[in-house]
Amino acid sequence: MSSGVPDRRILEHELVPEHRVLSFEEAIALLRKLGVKPWQLPQISLNDPVVRLLNAKPGDIIEIKRRSPTGGVHIAYRLVVAYERRA
Amino acid sequence: MVARVERFEEPFVIEKIVFGLLSPQEIRKLAKVTIIRPDVYEADGSPVVGGLRDPHLGAIEPGERCPVCGNTREECPGHFGKIELARPVLLPHLGDYIYMMLQSTCRRCGRLLLPQDRIEYLRRIYVRLKEKWPRLAEVMANSIAKEASDVTECPHCGERQFKVRYIRPIIFYEKRPEGEVRLTPIDIRDRLERIPDDDVMLLGVDPKRARPEWMVLTVLPVPPLAVRPSITLETGLRAEDDLTHALAEIVRENEKLKNFIQTNAPETMIEDAWLTLQHVIAAYIDNELPNIYQLTHRRRRPLKTLAQRLKGKEGRLRGNLSGKRVNFSARTVISPDPLISINEVGVPVEIAKILTVQMVVTPYNIEEARRYVLNGPFKWPGATFVYKARQGRKIDLRYQKNYKQLAEELEPGDIVERHLINGDIVLFNRQPTLHRMSIMGHIVRVMPGKTFRINLLVCPPYNADFDGDEMNLHVPRLEEARAEARELLLVEKHILTPRYGGPIIGGRQDYISGAYLLTIKTTLLTLEEVSRIIARSEAPVDLMEPAILRPKPLYTGKQIVSLFLPRDLNFRGKAKINAGDLKCENENCMNDSFIVVEKGKLLMGVLDKNAIGAEQPNNLLHVIALEYGESKAREFLDTIFRSFIRVLEVKGLSMAYSDIEIPKEAKDEIDRLTEEARREVEELIDQYRRGTLELIPGRTAEESLELKIIERLQKLRTDAGNVAIKYLNPFNDVFIMARTGARGSDVNITQMAAMLGQQTIRGRRIWRGFRTRTLSHFKPGELSPEARGFIKGNFRDGLRPSELFFHAVAGREGLVDTAVKTSQSGYMQRRLINALQDLVVSYDGTVRDSWGNIIQFKYGEDGVDPMRTYHGKPVEVSRVIDRIRSLRGSRGGWRQEG
Ligand SMILES: [Mg+2]
Ligand SMILES: [Zn+2]
Ligand SMILES: [Zn+2]
Repeated sequence: MSSGVPDRRILEHELVPEHRVLSFEEAIALLRKLGVKPWQLPQISLNDPVVRLLNAKPGDIIEIKRRSPTGGVHIAYRLVVAYERRA
Repeated sequence: MVARVERFEEPFVIEKIVFGLLSPQEIRKLAKVTIIRPDVYEADGSPVVGGLRDPHLGAIEPGERCPVCGNTREECPGHFGKIELARPVLLPHLGDYIYMMLQSTCRRCGRLLLPQDRIEYLRRIYVRLKEKWPRLAEVMANSIAKEASDVTECPHCGERQFKVRYIRPIIFYEKRPEGEVRLTPIDIRDRLERIPDDDVMLLGVDPKRARPEWMVLTVLPVPPLAVRPSITLETGLRAEDDLTHALAEIVRENEKLKNFIQTNAPETMIEDAWLTLQHVIAAYIDNELPNIYQLTHRRRRPLKTLAQRLKGKEGRLRGNLSGKRVNFSARTVISPDPLISINEVGVPVEIAKILTVQMVVTPYNIEEARRYVLNGPFKWPGATFVYKARQGRKIDLRYQKNYKQLAEELEPGDIVERHLINGDIVLFNRQPTLHRMSIMGHIVRVMPGKTFRINLLVCPPYNADFDGDEMNLHVPRLEEARAEARELLLVEKHILTPRYGGPIIGGRQDYISGAYLLTIKTTLLTLEEVSRIIARSEAPVDLMEPAILRPKPLYTGKQIVSLFLPRDLNFRGKAKINAGDLKCENENCMNDSFIVVEKGKLLMGVLDKNAIGAEQPNNLLHVIALEYGESKAREFLDTIFRSFIRVLEVKGLSMAYSDIEIPKEAKDEIDRLTEEARREVEELIDQYRRGTLELIPGRTAEESLELKIIERLQKLRTDAGNVAIKYLNPFNDVFIMARTGARGSDVNITQMAAMLGQQTIRGRRIWRGFRTRTLSHFKPGELSPEARGFIKGNFRDGLRPSELFFHAVAGREGLVDTAVKTSQSGYMQRRLINALQDLVVSYDGTVRDSWGNIIQFKYGEDGVDPMRTYHGKPVEVSRVIDRIRSLRGSRGGWRQEG
């Protein structure tokens, strides 16, 4: 994929929600709470600009805090993957 | 019924399916008999040996033993036969592949027409691509074929190459310098045979599964009889399947050709017979190919051959695999019955006698079951079958005489298959089934007649009307299914829709006019009139004191409505008529267009579409359904709504020619407005011609002119409409319907009484037609309003010929739009449903698919069920206030007890 490093300023853009890599303990707790295997989570590409800026590795879980028009703040999680699941 | 528990084998998982071509060797190995005779039966009725019903094709008669596998017809799987073709024949549906291969390979040595090093280079890439991205490999193969087909000299043997001309589906010509020469299937087969396996692969074909020459048949498989069963008509005559007829034709032509070749007939005769054989085989595979003689019956009906079995709506895929048929269902025309509950459906006796429900006989219902058996299958309410539990016997009552004995012999544990009776629950459906309210549970009410009857209030969820609409009814047969239908599917559970959070069941048309006429201030009713109106609701109510006592006691319509409202209901809202002269912002207003319900009393405001209409979120009906429960809302719909109709029966509501008549002063005023607009438009056109027209940013002069003209003419129609409405009696029936939202709008009234206004196509004035004008009535290049689709006339006085034409032009655009939109949105809907159908909101609030994968961490990102919202809002503050006020006295201070 593209080789350049994404511009850090995208993190400040108002349309880019807050991303955070969960710690190992947090990730385990989350999976236990939801009762799922990591691969049952929605996924995010390793090549996603924000993922690259966060220096996340495949297998990391990213927490995304999104502002929802109906639900206030909505928290979503994404599993970082090198290859996306085929449709 | 006793469920049989079966042990299932561990299922195999299908990893992949590969399609290929059968080789001649495989076809010969498969075949158990060679077919050489076109007939099926001998004169004595025995099957012809070597015919299309040869015993070696498999056993099909009862008791027959298969000479191939030794089984009877239950066990024999059926066996293929073959026809040895006298000369090879192309497979017509593969013509495009044959064409591609002929063009991209050498006509002498058969190699791919690319240099050896290029071939090797491409192969290295292709192999890797095929492994990882099979779909991309396909694309690559296509581009290789394209590249090779442009080469004019073979890089391998130096042979000059000629272009090939292909006439679908089976004719090929080679364009040699001396002229076009037809390539026979023999020539083609020879050339395909010469292509080496390695080159075949680069053309996207797996040579192990499909050698190119296998696209040219030398032997044709004949399918077993199970694929083409013959049927015996009532007359005792045997009719063969269309495929058998087609195969007979092939055998006939093949034998003829064989004969010609053996007897050294003239070459032209052989050629003719060969071509015929090719046509017949092509038609056997697909009888709808272009340039092929269709195979037909004597009566010119085309045969249904192989492709026709699979293709199209009635084909195997769409007709049998995607679409299935069900038992215990009925379909007929629907008609309205305002006197049955919205939860009910009227079912014709005729249908009730065919649809049945199983009832297990117990000591508690045995008398009831006996009554059904006693009535037999032909008298409703009866029974069609009895299953005797102890004997394990099934008795068809149609062939029984002694119902009485059967009834007496009935014992607990038996099962009686009884007719549909009042109170049964059924599923009712109208296509297109676009949302969940398209299938709802209804309680059966058996009645005379031949149509299904439904309450008019359930028309909106089904989108039904009575201009010939038909609906389907399904009987759930198991107790579990019936309980589920009652608890989840019953109509009253669907008064509120999850689509937008509002009532989808509710009044339309006459219900709204009726409610309005009942609740306007001028409606004062005597006790007798009140009784008539309330009686129709069939609800037990206690009448209050009349609003007016002297000179004679009179009730208001609002008093009647209040009888049916929940005791503690508080509600405030604007009526539909709250517009224009009748505007009201709050309760301090004399126009009666602001609804105030205080402690279950309708104090102010008329009921119209905004109070009781279907598909009107946050109206009175919505609040009742949401805050008092669907059962209360159903009661409301089943009672007072009938009275609304009764009001119309008493008062009358109709439409007259005079209702859309406006006085001469109004017409003059409209004429004056029209003249004014015409002058302004002329001025705009003048400015445009002089080049002084003020341009709209981002628009050309023409566009600016058009936009300005449209805007001006639109304003003219609005103004004309306002003039017309000003002169209309506000209590004329047409106007009432438009104002209350019962039917029609201001635009409709304007178009009837004043003028149709500008007609448009794709938002522009009408411009197409003749070269520089729309119609020959106008001067070339004329830009005036009437030359470009402006209609000054109205429906009442009639249109001029050119006006009528323009109206038809714009009307057609509407028709085309709806046709296109429905098909497009239907397709989108199907794809969405396919993608979403298995998603489930689980108990932890997450949305998951059937593998447990998480789709959403909280349903809708807010966890809110839209069905239980105020038009999407989980909490409506004004409602909270109204409800708290109902705990207190209506004007300040807590209610004093005692
Ligand atoms: Mg209809
Ligand atoms: Zn057999
Ligand atoms: Zn060659």
